[in-house]
Amino acid sequence: MSRRALLTAAMAGWAAFGAAPLAAAAPDAMRGEEIYARCQACHALAFDRLGPRHCGLFGRLAGSVPDFAYSVALKRSAIVWDEKSLDRFLAAPMKAVPGTSMTYAGIPDRQERADLIAYLRRVDQTRACRASASSAR
Amino acid sequence: MSFLQMSSPLAARRLFLGRTGLTLSGAAVALLAGNEALATKTGGAGAQDVQILNTALGAELEAIAAYQLGAESKLLQPGVLDLALSFQGHHKEHADLLAKTVVKLGGKAVQAKARYSFPVEQLKSQADVLKFAASLEQGAVSAYLGAVPLFGNRDLAKAAASILGDEAMHWAILRQALGEAPVPAAFMS
Repeated sequence: MSRRALLTAAMAGWAAFGAAPLAAAAPDAMRGEEIYARCQACHALAFDRLGPRHCGLFGRLAGSVPDFAYSVALKRSAIVWDEKSLDRFLAAPMKAVPGTSMTYAGIPDRQERADLIAYLRRVDQTRACRASASSAR
Repeated sequence: MSFLQMSSPLAARRLFLGRTGLTLSGAAVALLAGNEALATKTGGAGAQDVQILNTALGAELEAIAAYQLGAESKLLQPGVLDLALSFQGHHKEHADLLAKTVVKLGGKAVQAKARYSFPVEQLKSQADVLKFAASLEQGAVSAYLGAVPLFGNRDLAKAAASILGDEAMHWAILRQALGEAPVPAAFMS
């Protein structure tokens, strides 16, 4: 095989390696905390802002934080927040729940969503968050 | 020398915090003001555009209240207070434009809340106030970034992108004032 052919074969091999699907990394809550900065335009963990508080999120029925003014669409969605429903919603909120007031294009990267959800799950289990969530009920 | 030109974040922070009368240029956004053709160009995507604008308006009204809290905290040195009021003025311009545009599109502009929840107990120093403001500005950049591709009307997307640029400048300057790298990455998300 000529040197040129060898080089071509090597490059094709690298290209194929690069195109191979990579296994998803385990969700990283620390990375998720960085991603959460995007949410802080409208949300806080322990209190309601433009969006409802995130403490107490897991297992909560969408649209159910007392005294928070939700869109009709979210109230009627019957979503219960868990890893799966959050993943679907965060990918494209306005497609998942047309009419939601969360007018945000979404987080298209699956790993970023997984990291963010891992962070939300972690903080939701903290004592401070549990106290905040229970005081809101 | 401007604190923006200083290579050491610490030195820049010292200079920034010690200066008075520091202001940025005024209104950055007037792209849609007086654009009477806007309502007729919006088409079927109008209701969603109004929703996006109203969400942005709500965030701007909250930012105005947050800067007011900072301004009244008595924690800000005179130069920093001037800057905070300048940024608040930008947010007032954004809110005014967004509210007028919502009305122009046939919607009802959201109003400021009677009361906002802010982490007041955590604001004990000027740096605390600046960190709080920086977190809001960073969030605002992400929110506008997430809203721009959703607009049906490209003029509205352009206007939102213009506001995004202003919020990004606020965030960078607040970071610089805190002694952090003003522009931490090449891309925002």
